Amino acid sequence: MDTFKSLIIILMSSVLVNNYVLNRFLGICPFLGVSKKLNQAVGMGFSVIFVMVVATAVTWPIQHFLLDSYGLGYMQTIVFILVIAALVQFIEMALKKFIPSLHKSLGVYLPLITTNCAVLGVTIENIDESFTFVESIVNSLGCGLGFLLAMVLFSGVRSKIDDSEIPESFKGLPATLIAASFVSMAFLGFAGIVDNLFA
Amino acid sequence: MIENILIAFLAVASVGIICAVLLALASHFLHVEEDEKTLKIRECLPGVNCGACGYAGCDDYAKALANDNVKTNLCIPGSDSVAAEIAEILGVEPEDVIEMIAHVRCNGNCNVTTKFAHYQGIKSCAAAMMVYGGIYDCRYGCLGCGDCEKVCPSNAICVHNGVAHINNKLCVGCGLCAKACPKNIIEIFPQVSRVGVMCNNTLKGAVARKTCKNACIGCKKCESVCPSDAIKVENNLAHIDYSKCTNCGKCAEACPTKCIKLLEPIC
Repeated sequence: MDTFKSLIIILMSSVLVNNYVLNRFLGICPFLGVSKKLNQAVGMGFSVIFVMVVATAVTWPIQHFLLDSYGLGYMQTIVFILVIAALVQFIEMALKKFIPSLHKSLGVYLPLITTNCAVLGVTIENIDESFTFVESIVNSLGCGLGFLLAMVLFSGVRSKIDDSEIPESFKGLPATLIAASFVSMAFLGFAGIVDNLFA
Repeated sequence: MIENILIAFLAVASVGIICAVLLALASHFLHVEEDEKTLKIRECLPGVNCGACGYAGCDDYAKALANDNVKTNLCIPGSDSVAAEIAEILGVEPEDVIEMIAHVRCNGNCNVTTKFAHYQGIKSCAAAMMVYGGIYDCRYGCLGCGDCEKVCPSNAICVHNGVAHINNKLCVGCGLCAKACPKNIIEIFPQVSRVGVMCNNTLKGAVARKTCKNACIGCKKCESVCPSDAIKVENNLAHIDYSKCTNCGKCAEACPTKCIKLLEPIC
């Protein structure tokens, strides 16, 4: 029961408190780039969840059985980038072959994630926090869900921005960045909520 | 020291090699046969993604051609040559494309019609249309903000003196401009026809003339001189039935306001 509790806490904290986009500012480029329309945002969000979980499942064993045992911890970043890039390419091929419908709906987002810093960030965080394998997977899932949540929320905000009157000099990216900072500040309100989840 | 470097080098290299081998194997075993026909057809389509064929783009049309029984003559920009190539790849009888061309049914330039207001909003016809339907006294004519110009894939349209003009040589007949025009004054008709009504005003003669000097006044002279019965005046406005028109040009001669015009020939 305790392990289950701790898993729930990891999940909730990665979704809400330590939201990758809004609190750690990782993966900002897809957050700003693909959040214009809701369906695109959702597509990107699910692709990120998928890739984060699979990447963690692959990089965790590599860190613990290859890098750590040979004292190569400092090569972590390079090896992870390499593995994640290869992995995403592999997943894309496999999806194209076996689940063409999913491949079509994920579309261009899958290759876009290849070098996404949020994916690299979550795999490295899993190691730094010395999570177990199961905890790592749960944490990745949570981060992915958090990314999806941020994308969906922000696509709603952006559609509002499009309809509103903005001073000429703020139109476009400035207004979007300001709106992103407001959403990010709103997420600060979740800080401390998770520790008392089971209190 | 050297050992450390060597170990790191070997470890990363081996990870890289394993990934490379896996990807190479995957690309071999998981290779999805891209339909050869689709690729070939896609190569001969013009690639402007205009959507005149009714599909979401050239890729989509190529896919539909290869997989479903779709007509080969839907690509208007590509015209006969593309249709023939597609028919050859698919092994069916080639069909002729009816080349279309766009025509702006307005000649109400700044010299002949007057403005009742000054528009300072977004430079877009759709936006100008939302404010009292435009600023010209003629409520039917070109707004001159160039929405058609913006969507034209072949840069065939330019707005000059408040009216959009279409360059016959560049127009591919895709019809995107006709869809973009909020006044619906752009007409798409077969390229062989060389006569066009340059007005969209359905007001009665005298009233129409007041709003624009070049307006069709519905006098029916064209109707009476037309030898092939192709022109009908309905709602105070001349309409040409292009299935009957023979391009004789008598209507253009007879028109008192010169709103029926012989269009420039296509070289």
